[in-house]
Amino acid sequence: MTVDHDHQPGWIGEALAEHDQLETEGRTQLPLADREQQVLDRIDRARRRRPRVREERVTMSHGSGGKATHTLIEAIFLDAFRNPLLEPLEDAAQLAVGGARIALTTDSYVVSPLFFPGGNIGDLAVNGTVNDLSVAGARPLYLSAGFILEEGFPVADLARVVEAMRDAAAAAGVQVVTGDTKVVQKGKADGCYINTAGVGLIERDGALGVARARPGDAIIVSGPIGDHGITIMLARGELDIEADICSDTAPLNGLVAGLLDAVPGVRAMRDATRGGVATILNEIAKAADVGVLVSEDAIPVRAEVRGASELLGIDPMYVACEGRLVAVVPGEEADRAVAALRAHPLGEQAAVIGRVRAEQPGIVQLKTAFGGTRIVDLLVGDPLPRIC
Amino acid sequence: MRFVDEFRDAEKAHALAAKIAALCEPGRQYKLMEVCGGHTHTIYKHGLEDYLPESITLVHGPGCPVCVIPMGRVDDAIHLASQPDVIMTSFGDMMRVPGSGGSFFDANAEGTNIRMVYSPLDSLKIARQNPDKQVVFMAIGFETTAPSTAMTMLRAAAEGLPNFSVFCNHVTIIPAIKAILDSPDLRLDGFIGPGHVSTVIGCRPYEFIARDYGKPVVVAGFEPLDILQSIYMLMVQLSQGRSEVENQYARVVPWDGNLVALRAIGETMELRPYFEWRGLGFISHSALQVREKYAAMDAERLFQVPGVRVADPKACQCGEVLKGVLKPWECKVFGTACTPETPIGTCMVSPEGACAAYYNFGRMNRNRVAEAEVARS
Amino acid sequence: MCLGIPGEVIELHPDQPDLAKVDVSGVRRLINIGLLADDPPVPGEWVLIHVGFALSKIDEHEAAAAMQFLEGIGQAYDDEIAALKESLIE
Repeated sequence: MTVDHDHQPGWIGEALAEHDQLETEGRTQLPLADREQQVLDRIDRARRRRPRVREERVTMSHGSGGKATHTLIEAIFLDAFRNPLLEPLEDAAQLAVGGARIALTTDSYVVSPLFFPGGNIGDLAVNGTVNDLSVAGARPLYLSAGFILEEGFPVADLARVVEAMRDAAAAAGVQVVTGDTKVVQKGKADGCYINTAGVGLIERDGALGVARARPGDAIIVSGPIGDHGITIMLARGELDIEADICSDTAPLNGLVAGLLDAVPGVRAMRDATRGGVATILNEIAKAADVGVLVSEDAIPVRAEVRGASELLGIDPMYVACEGRLVAVVPGEEADRAVAALRAHPLGEQAAVIGRVRAEQPGIVQLKTAFGGTRIVDLLVGDPLPRIC
Repeated sequence: MRFVDEFRDAEKAHALAAKIAALCEPGRQYKLMEVCGGHTHTIYKHGLEDYLPESITLVHGPGCPVCVIPMGRVDDAIHLASQPDVIMTSFGDMMRVPGSGGSFFDANAEGTNIRMVYSPLDSLKIARQNPDKQVVFMAIGFETTAPSTAMTMLRAAAEGLPNFSVFCNHVTIIPAIKAILDSPDLRLDGFIGPGHVSTVIGCRPYEFIARDYGKPVVVAGFEPLDILQSIYMLMVQLSQGRSEVENQYARVVPWDGNLVALRAIGETMELRPYFEWRGLGFISHSALQVREKYAAMDAERLFQVPGVRVADPKACQCGEVLKGVLKPWECKVFGTACTPETPIGTCMVSPEGACAAYYNFGRMNRNRVAEAEVARS
Repeated sequence: MCLGIPGEVIELHPDQPDLAKVDVSGVRRLINIGLLADDPPVPGEWVLIHVGFALSKIDEHEAAAAMQFLEGIGQAYDDEIAALKESLIE
C-alpha cells in the first residue's frame, strides 16, 4: 500500500517554478561552473527572504541559538514587537532615558544539570547578564532576579544557587535590586529556572554593533572556546566521559573595560554563549553584509575540549562558552586589542582568529588546518540542548 | 591528537596534490566515487576539492545509512515511539529526518519520548533505570555499526533484560555499490572505498568491483590526507591500466575484517529478503533483521509496525543524488525549498548527506589550489 | 555514522573484561572492547572507537608506514620545487 504524501506548500512550488523558468530561458545549458554559480545566487536570494516559521509546534531546535531560533525570533517576536530599538537584535538594547544612555538586557537560565564543575546556574544567571551589558559597552549596575522553582526543590540547593549569585554579583560589582519568586508543581521547571534582567550605563562615546563591521576588520576571541558546553554535556553523566574541564563562566566587564580603554574604536563585541563562536561570526556577516574568513589554526581550543568534541562528532565552534567574548576591531588596532585582552587574567589566550572582507557577503568561511576552505553556516539545532 | 593531526598536514597535501595532477592525462576527465558519507563529510569539511585538478570530479555515493532510510520506516519508528510506555533511543543523526508527519524532534514535541544516545549500550542503561518502560533502540548504520547493535543485544540477553528491543534498520554496503555499478546513468573510473565498514567486512568483498567491472578500489581512511593519498593511489592504478583493491587505511582495516564482529552479527541478525532504499528502490539481501532466536528483542515482532510505504515527496531528488547522478546543487529544490532547516529529503538532514555537506561546507565560489599556487609564487 | 576516533587504552576494567578505559586527547571514557576478543588490547595500545565500541586496533607499524610514504612524497616534492626554483635562475 503506497501513500502519496505530497508536501506541496507554497515554497516548494515556488522553487520548482523558479527552476523551470531558468530552464525555459535556456540558462540551464551553461557551462558547469556557471550553472553552479546560478544555483548559489538563487540560494542567496532564498536565504535573504523574509523568515517564516513552518512548524506548528515549538521544538528543541528553536532553543538552540541557531537557525531555527533566529527564524522564530524574526518571524514571531520581531514581527510582533517591531520597533527601531529592537531591530538591531543585539545582546542588549541601547536606550536613551532622560539624558542618560542605558543598556537593558534579559536572559533566562534553564541549564541542566544545575550544578557543574566551575559553577552552577546562579553563576550563569549573574555573569550571563553582566556580560550582555558589558559587550554593549555599558557599565553593568543593577540586576533583577526572577525564580521559578519546582515543588520539592531542596531549599539547601536554592541557598547554594543564591550564594553563588551573591558572590558573582560582588565579583562583577553589580547589585540584585529586585526579584520575583514563583513555585510550580512537581514535574515542571526541572528544579529551578532563573531569569535575570540587567541595566547598565553607557558612558563611552561611539556605538557598538555587529552591523558596523567593515572589510579589513580583525576578529578576536578572548580565550579557548567550548569549555562551558562540553562541561555541561559531561556533567549530565549520560556519556560516561571523564575529563578535567570546567565551565568558563566569568564576568567580563573588567576585560571589556580594559579593551575599550586601549582601543576606543572597537566596532562590536558579543559574548559567545549558545551557538558558540560560529553563530556570532554568522551574525556579523549577516548584519553587516560582509564576508568573514577565519583560520582554524588560529582558534584556541583546549585539548580536552577538542578530544571530547571529536569523540562526539561536534564542532567546538558551535559549542557554548560563558566567559568568552568575540570582538571586531579595525584591522590596524588588532595587535593593541589582543595585548589589552591578554593583560587581563580572563584574556590570557586572546587571539586574532580572522578578518572581515568584502568577498562573499553574508557568508562565513573557514580556512582549515589542512589548507582547504569551507563554509561555517548556522546550525539548525544544537546537539547539546539546555546548555545555559 | 595522535593518528589524527599527522593526517591533516597541509604541506604533505600540496605534495600529493601535485603528484595527482601530474598523473592526469591531458584531455581526460576522471570521475571517482567516494561511497561513504563520512568521506563526503571530510571532503567538504576540510575543503579537499581545493586540492584536486579540474579534471577530477568526486561523485558522492549512497554510503549514508541515514540518507537511505525511506520515509515509511521513519513513520514506523515514530509509531513505535508513540506506543504507551515506550522510550525510544536513537543516534543524534536521526532526530531531524523527516517522516511524512514530521521528524523525531517534532514527534517529541507531540509527546513521544525519543532520547538521543551516543552508544547502543546507553539504551541498556536506560532500560535498567526504567523497568516499567519498554526501551526500543532505533538501530541504523552499515556493517560498521551492526556489530555494536549485535553486542548490545548479546549483552541484554546475557543479563536477561526484559524491556529492551531493537528496531533494526541496518543496511549492507555491497548491494548498494552493485546497484551503482549496474546503473546505466553513471560512468565511474574508480572508487574511494568505505573505511570503517571495511574494518568489519575486510577488503575481499570489493574484489568483484575490480575483477568483474574493471574499476580500481582503494579503501580509504577519514582524514584528509588519507583521502588524498587514496585518490593518488587510484590515479596510479588508472595510469597503469590496473584495476585492483588496495588498502590505504591499513593502520585500521585488516584485510580479512573482524571475525568477532561478523560472528556477533551472524548470531543475532540475518539478511532480509529485500529492503527498500530511498532513491535506489527495493534491493534484495541488502538489509538486516533480528533472528528468530532473539525475537524477544525484535521490536517488529513485539509491536505492530504499520509498514506503510510512503513515496518521497515529488520534489525530492535524493535518489539521484545518492546514486551520484546529480550533484547536490543540481537538485531542483536544493537550498531554496530544501535546506537544513526545512529539509525535504534525507540528504540534506543527515550529517553525512551529500546535500548537507555541500550546503553547510561547500557552498561557495571555489578557489582551486592551482590559482593559490600561482598567487604564491 | 562513520565516525570513528583513535583513542589510547589506559586501563582494563578490573571486574568486566570486555570494558576498558580509553583516553582521547585528555578525555577518558569506558568503552566496550568485546569486538576485539580474539586479540584484546592492552594499556598503551591504540584502538578505533565507534559508538562506544572498539572496532579495531590501530597498527602502529602501518601508521608509521603511511606517514613515511607521505613524508617521502613531501621530500620529493620539496626537492622538485627546489630544482624548479634553481632552474629559473638564468
